[in-house]
Amino acid sequence: MWPAEPKSTDYCRAAHRLGVPGRLEGVARKSETMAAKPRIIVVGGGLGGLWATLRIAEQGVPVDLFSLFPVKRSHSCCAQGGINAVLDVKGQDDSIWQHIVDTIKGGDYLADQPPIKNLCEEAPGLIRTYDRMGVTFSRTPEGIMDQRLFGGVKNKRTAFAGATTGQQLLYTVDEQVRYHESLGTVTKYEGWDFLSLVLDDNGVARGVTAMELSSSKVQAFKADAVIIATGGLALTYGRSTMSSNSTGAPAARVYQQGAKCANNEFIQFHPTGMPGHDKNRLMSEACRGEGGRIWVPRKKGDNRDPRDIPEEERFYFLEEWYPAYGNTVPRDVASRAICRAVRHMGLGLNGQDVVYLDLTHQPREFLERRLGGILEMYRTFAGEDPCERPMKIFPATHYSMGGIWVDFEKDSQTGAMARISPRNHATSVPGLYACGECDFAYHGANRLGANSLLSASFSGRVAGDSAVAYIKNLSRTGNGTPDSAYQSEQKRQEEINSGIMTCDGGENAFTLHHQLGDLMRECVFVERDNEGLDKALQGIKQLKERSRKISLDHKSNWGNQSLSWARQIQDMIVLAEVIAKGARLRDECRGSHYKAEFELKVPEGKFEGDPEYEKYKAKWKANNDKWLKHTIATHTENGPEISYKEVDISVLPPTKPRDYR
Amino acid sequence: MAEKFIHFKIKRQDGPNAYAYWEEFKMPYSPAHNVVSCLMYLREHPVNINGDRVEPVVWDSNCMEEVCGACSMIINGTPRQACSALIDELEQPITLEPMTKFPLIRDLMVDRSRMFEALMKIKAWIPVDGSWDIHRHAPLISPNEQSVRYIFSRCMTCGCCMEACPQFHPDSKFIGPAPIGQAKLHNSHPTGKFFKEDRLHVLMDEGGITDCGNAQNCIKVCPKDIPLTDAIGEIGRQTTMQWLRDMFVK
Ligand SMILES: Cc1cc2nc3c(=O)[nH]c(=O)nc-3n(C[C@H](O)[C@H](O)[C@H](O)COP(=O)(O)OP(=O)(O)OC[C@H]3O[C@@H](n4cnc5c(N)ncnc54)[C@H](O)[C@@H]3O)c2cc1C
Ligand code: SF4
Ligand code: SF4
Ligand code: FES
Repeated sequence: MWPAEPKSTDYCRAAHRLGVPGRLEGVARKSETMAAKPRIIVVGGGLGGLWATLRIAEQGVPVDLFSLFPVKRSHSCCAQGGINAVLDVKGQDDSIWQHIVDTIKGGDYLADQPPIKNLCEEAPGLIRTYDRMGVTFSRTPEGIMDQRLFGGVKNKRTAFAGATTGQQLLYTVDEQVRYHESLGTVTKYEGWDFLSLVLDDNGVARGVTAMELSSSKVQAFKADAVIIATGGLALTYGRSTMSSNSTGAPAARVYQQGAKCANNEFIQFHPTGMPGHDKNRLMSEACRGEGGRIWVPRKKGDNRDPRDIPEEERFYFLEEWYPAYGNTVPRDVASRAICRAVRHMGLGLNGQDVVYLDLTHQPREFLERRLGGILEMYRTFAGEDPCERPMKIFPATHYSMGGIWVDFEKDSQTGAMARISPRNHATSVPGLYACGECDFAYHGANRLGANSLLSASFSGRVAGDSAVAYIKNLSRTGNGTPDSAYQSEQKRQEEINSGIMTCDGGENAFTLHHQLGDLMRECVFVERDNEGLDKALQGIKQLKERSRKISLDHKSNWGNQSLSWARQIQDMIVLAEVIAKGARLRDECRGSHYKAEFELKVPEGKFEGDPEYEKYKAKWKANNDKWLKHTIATHTENGPEISYKEVDISVLPPTKPRDYR
Repeated sequence: MAEKFIHFKIKRQDGPNAYAYWEEFKMPYSPAHNVVSCLMYLREHPVNINGDRVEPVVWDSNCMEEVCGACSMIINGTPRQACSALIDELEQPITLEPMTKFPLIRDLMVDRSRMFEALMKIKAWIPVDGSWDIHRHAPLISPNEQSVRYIFSRCMTCGCCMEACPQFHPDSKFIGPAPIGQAKLHNSHPTGKFFKEDRLHVLMDEGGITDCGNAQNCIKVCPKDIPLTDAIGEIGRQTTMQWLRDMFVK
C-alpha cells in the first residue's frame, strides 16, 4: 500500500563512490545472489534512464541504475525551453495530428512513423503525469499549465517550467525513483563508468562491466536485460552546448560489441549558441519564441555599438528570407541562414563567427518573467545584460538525431507502435534496449525544439515496459550464464585499463579531444562537402592511431579521471568516424545534413501547379526514392560498414517538399 | 607588455587518508575564463609553478552553466560554483579548496551522498499512484504559488549552504538547510502535503529543525538565491503546529 515505509534507507551509496572495501565486497555478493531473481540494469540516469527505471520498479522488478555521477546532475537538467504536448489550451485548435505532422515533416520524413504516432498521442498523458508528480510548470492566471510557441511550429504547444524545464522534469522523476530506492527496488551505482556488455555464447546481453570512478576498479554485474540511456554525443565536436560528459562513449561501446547505429550523420546545430572557451552555452530557442530577432549590420565591417545602428541599417535576414516563419524557422534552416550571412556574405560581426540575437525591444518585466533563467545565464557568463544589449551568438553542436538503432512492433490495427512489446526500443543485440538521446528514433533528419524532453521521457517509459516484457519471456535468467562469461569480460576490461595506464606513447588525451573537435567543426559541420568529409575521414584515422598511444599524467588508481577520459576519447573517435562516413556517403540535403552540391533549389517565386515547380518536385521525388533510407552502421575492424534500410512512412507519406517560404 | 597569467593556489589531497598540501599553478590569461575552464586547461598542461609535471587536479563538473550542482568548491574562501566563477571577477592568486563538510574523495572532489540520503528521509517526492496517465492534471495551482515553489525547486543539491552552515558538519546529525527547503517545497504542493506530517516528524526528531542556530550563513551563499531562512521559519511554524496537533491526538 502507498505510502509505504522506507525499508533500506541505510543502504549506503556512499560506499560505492568511496570504495570502502568491506562494503564493496558486500555489493558484489549482493549482485551475484540476486541474479536468481530477474533484474534489469539501466545505464544512464537522465530523463530516459530514470523513466525506464521508474517503469520497471513499479512492476516490482529490481533495477540496478548506473550513472557517472548522482543522476540528479545528468545533462537533462540543462534543457531550458520546454516540452511539447498538445493540450490545446490556447484557443488555436491545436491537434495531436498536427503534432504528428510537424514531427514527421520537421524530421524530413527520415524517422519511422508508427512510433511518432504514439509519441504525440501519449504526450498529453505524459505531461499530465508530470504535473501530478509536482513539476513546477508555469501557470496561466487560471492556474492551468501555460503553453508557449517554439521553433518550427505555428501553435503554442510547449509546456515549460520557468527557464529550467529540463531541470524541473529531471528532479521530479529523480524524486519518484528515490521513492522506489527507499523501497529497495532500485539500487544506484552513482560514480560508475559503464564499460561494456557481458554477452553470452549466443550474443545475448546478460550483464555489464563498469568501472568505479573513485578507485578505477572494474566489476561485472549480472542482469537479464540491459537498457542504455546515456544521452548525446555532442562532445565529439569538442565544444558544444552539452554537458562535459555527453561524449557518446557508451553508445560507441555497445556499437563495437555489435549494436547497429543509424543516421548518425544527422547532428543538430543549434543556431543560437554562445561561443565560449569551455563550452558553447545555449541561448534557448525560447528567445526566438518570445520575440527574439536575429540580425547583422547591413554594411560589412560596421562595428558601431549595436544600439547605435538604426533599424533600416540592420539586416533581419531570417525575417526577409522566410517571411512566413521569420525568426521561428526550424533550427537547421536558421543555422544555415546564419552561416550564409556570415561565411558567404561576410556579414559576421567584426568579420567573426558571430551574429546578434536581439530581445531589447521587449519590456524587461516580460523578459524576466518568461526567460529569467536564460537571461541570467547570459549575464553570468558573458557579463552583459541581454535586456540592454543584443546577445552574440553562433550555431553550436547541440543534438544527435541518429544513434543506436532500435526496433518497434507495429500494431496492424492502429498503424502505430504496439502498446507493449519486447521489440519496442530493442537494439540489434538481444537483451539490450536503448532510449533517450542515444537512440535514433523519432526525430529523423532534424528534431523540433522541445520534442526531445518528450522523446527521452516517452522512450524511457517504453523501453522500461519492453525490457520487463522481454524478461517475462526469457527461458533462462542471467544466472544461467556461466560465471566465466563475466570473469573473462571483466578481465578484458582490466587489461584495456592496464594497457592505457602503462602506455608511454606520449599522446595527451585532452589534446586529442580538442583536435577531434576542431576537425569535426571544420569538416562535418552545418555545411558539408565531400572534399571536406574525405579530409575528416583521413584525420580521424590518424587520430585513431594516436589515441592508442596515450600517456596519462595520472599514475595512481585512486581518483584517476584521466583514465576514464582516455577511454572515452578512443570511443568518441569511433563515433566520429561513423558520423563522417555516413555524411560522406549521403549525397543529398536532408534536414540537418546539407551538401550544397546536391541541393534541390525551390524555383524562386514558383508554387504548385507551375511547370517549373513540378519539375523540381519530380527531382525531389527521385531523390527520395534513392535517399529516404536509414543509414545503418555496422562495426568492423576496418571502420564502419554502411548499409541502408527502408523507413516506415505509412502514417504520412511524403507528397510535397518542405517549404518554409 | 608583460604576459598576463592566471595564478591558482590549490589545496590538494591524494585521497581521504592522505595529507593535504597546497600547490600553485600559473597559466596564460585570456578573457572569459572561469574556474572550470582553467582546471580543464590545467589537466591538459599539469605543470605546477615550479615547472614540475604533476598529476592533474581532480574535481567535479558537468553542465558548465550552474544548473547541475556538481562543481561546488571553496573559491577565495567562499563556497560557490566553479563554472560560474569568472576569472575576471576574482582576486588573484585564486585559492581553490574542497568543501570541508563532506567526505573527501580527492583534491577538490567530495562525496555529497548525505544530501541525497536526507532527501529520502524527508520523503521529498509527491505521492502518485503510479507513472501512468489518470486523465487528470494536478489540482489548479495559482501563478503565485507556482513561482514560490519554482524558486525552491531550483535547488541543485550543490551543498554550498551546507558548507556554510556552522551546525552542519561530519559529527553533527543536523539535516542541514537544503533538505529543509525541500520539505517546504513538497509540503506546499496540493497533494505533496499528504506527506506533510511525515516530513515534519523527521524534522522534529534528532538532527531536525531545532538544531538550526539561525546563523543565516546558508542563505548568503546559495547560488540560486533560494530563501532558505524563509523555509526554516515556515517549517519551524509548521513543526510547532504539528507538535500541538500531536499533543491533542495523544
Ligand atoms: C543546452 C540544452 C538545452 C536543451 N533544451 C531542450 C529543450 O528545451 N527541450 C527539449 O525537448 N530538449 C532540449 N534539449 C535536449 C535534451 O535535453 C536531451 O536530449 C535530453 O535531456 C537527453 O536525455 P537523456 O536521458 O537521453 O540523457 P542525459 O540526460 O544526457 O543523461 C545521460 C545519463 O547517462 C549517464 N552516462 C553517460 N555515460 C555513462 C557511462 N559511461 N556510464 C554510466 N553512465 C553514463 C550519465 O551519468 C547520465 O545520467 C536540450 C539540450 C541541451 C544541450
Ligand atoms: S540558519 Fe540554520 S541552516 Fe542556515 S546556516 Fe544558520 S544554522 Fe545553518
Ligand atoms: S539550497 Fe542553494 S546552496 Fe543549498 S544545495 Fe540548494 S542550490 Fe545549493
Ligand atoms: S558544472 Fe554544473 S553547476 Fe557548475
